[in-house]
Amino acid sequence: MDIIYRVIELILPFSWIQFNFMKNALIAIILIAPLFGLVGTMIVNNKMSFFSDALGHSALTGIAIGVLLGINNYMLSMLFFAVLFALGIASVINSKISSPDTVIGVFSSAGVALGIVILSVKGGISRYSNYLVGDILSITKKEILILGVVLIIVTVLWVLCFNKLILASLNSDLALSKRVNVKLYKNIFVLIIALIVTVSIKWVGMLIINSLLVIPAASAKNITSDMRSYHIFSIMFSVISGISGLILSYYIGTSAGATIVLVSSVIFFVTFFIGKSKNIA
Amino acid sequence: MHKGYVCHCSVEVKNLSVVRGTHIALRDVSFSVKHGEILALIGRNGAGKTTILKAIINSVAYRGEIKFFNSEGQIISSPKIGYVPQKLSFDRNTPITVLDLFCTNSNRFPIWLGHSKRRISRAHELLEKVGAGSHINKPIGRLSGGELQRVMLAFALDPMPDILLLDEPVSAVDRKGVEVFYKLITSMREEFHMPAVMVSHDLAQVSKYATSYALIDGAVIETGRACELAKSEKVRDLFGFDIGKGGI
Repeated sequence: MDIIYRVIELILPFSWIQFNFMKNALIAIILIAPLFGLVGTMIVNNKMSFFSDALGHSALTGIAIGVLLGINNYMLSMLFFAVLFALGIASVINSKISSPDTVIGVFSSAGVALGIVILSVKGGISRYSNYLVGDILSITKKEILILGVVLIIVTVLWVLCFNKLILASLNSDLALSKRVNVKLYKNIFVLIIALIVTVSIKWVGMLIINSLLVIPAASAKNITSDMRSYHIFSIMFSVISGISGLILSYYIGTSAGATIVLVSSVIFFVTFFIGKSKNIA
Repeated sequence: MHKGYVCHCSVEVKNLSVVRGTHIALRDVSFSVKHGEILALIGRNGAGKTTILKAIINSVAYRGEIKFFNSEGQIISSPKIGYVPQKLSFDRNTPITVLDLFCTNSNRFPIWLGHSKRRISRAHELLEKVGAGSHINKPIGRLSGGELQRVMLAFALDPMPDILLLDEPVSAVDRKGVEVFYKLITSMREEFHMPAVMVSHDLAQVSKYATSYALIDGAVIETGRACELAKSEKVRDLFGFDIGKGGI
């Protein structure tokens, strides 16, 4: 880790980088931002932005369960609950009794409410407020290592499963005719989102995690027409807004997560107008 | 590649039943389609024609048997199916080109990383066959109804299928495009001989391009040769007009 710190100091001779927490935050963003960009494309394709939002909300219940069980590391209980929650939503949607947005809405509110209820029983719910807005500067070396592992796992899955996933998201009957196990791949996708949301919620925060997943991909979709450039732009927007948001937040003294989201929102509107003018022309 | 490829497969559907909740959508449907045959499924809306195709692609749960045989009469356990959906419903703004779509058939190379040369030349070849070669780099959301159906037909031929399923393939296509599309199906049939099952509303087109027909209304009401469709009283009763003059 020290070697990486030194390399960063060498490459970036700025005042903000001299603090180790800024270096950690930078490394974390470099590791996780490409993932947000990559996975976000499929969330936007599948019109699942509300779904990933609900998963973020479920983290509160995950934490509450962790507190109840006396687990020190909430990441495990959050991951466990997020997976359960995600598969629950998917199976209720599959039963086609209610429309997806209704099902997700119910789950999302229930996830938050259950978390608040359990945590308020124990008193002092404010202790967990850092999960709401997140604190990227609190990220530790161990957490960076976890992010690195998640980056590798998700990238490998994304290489292996993407073609099937995109076909399934385009039209499930067409995918079935090509012998794609649509249900299995949709579940893999849901698990990937649960994993990413869980490992990053602590420093991004429940309120804005979804924007980081959705906005870069939505911006890229505005201006691209093929899969490759869609992904390249999505990853690029995610990394650019991550790094520039972090630096901006240092200089103006604002919350890093929220600043990152604001930068990516600006990118979205710029691409929106570029895309619009292209379509008119 | 598939030069000189001739399919000698056949499909047998036996006692196919589909139940949706308490409603029996299909009861004891049986038919077989041999290589070189085009079976047209006709019937009113909601008669279960599309459900038959969905059972064949395993999109709905069913009872009964659907078996595929090769030229030696042995069962093909994992048949390749070419499916052209009625009207591909998808998000038209999805940034995916025709070439991207074709490359989803590759297991090794995710399309967000690029395309393998082999896949590109295969896509070119099939698209040229259906007269859609110039669309290869266009986003599929910007194709017209007729263009998209031709691309879907080419996509259905990759990998070369053991059966071709066409679900009202021309419902989103203009009149001229319909002629072109059916001529294409006929030429595919002459070239590759694979069995085909086609759902259609247009009886004039059925009698012109299919080889046999099955009248469906929750079950098989009647089967026969497509050229004799006009003589069928049951068909006339159900559709209530003179077939020779056009479709619905």
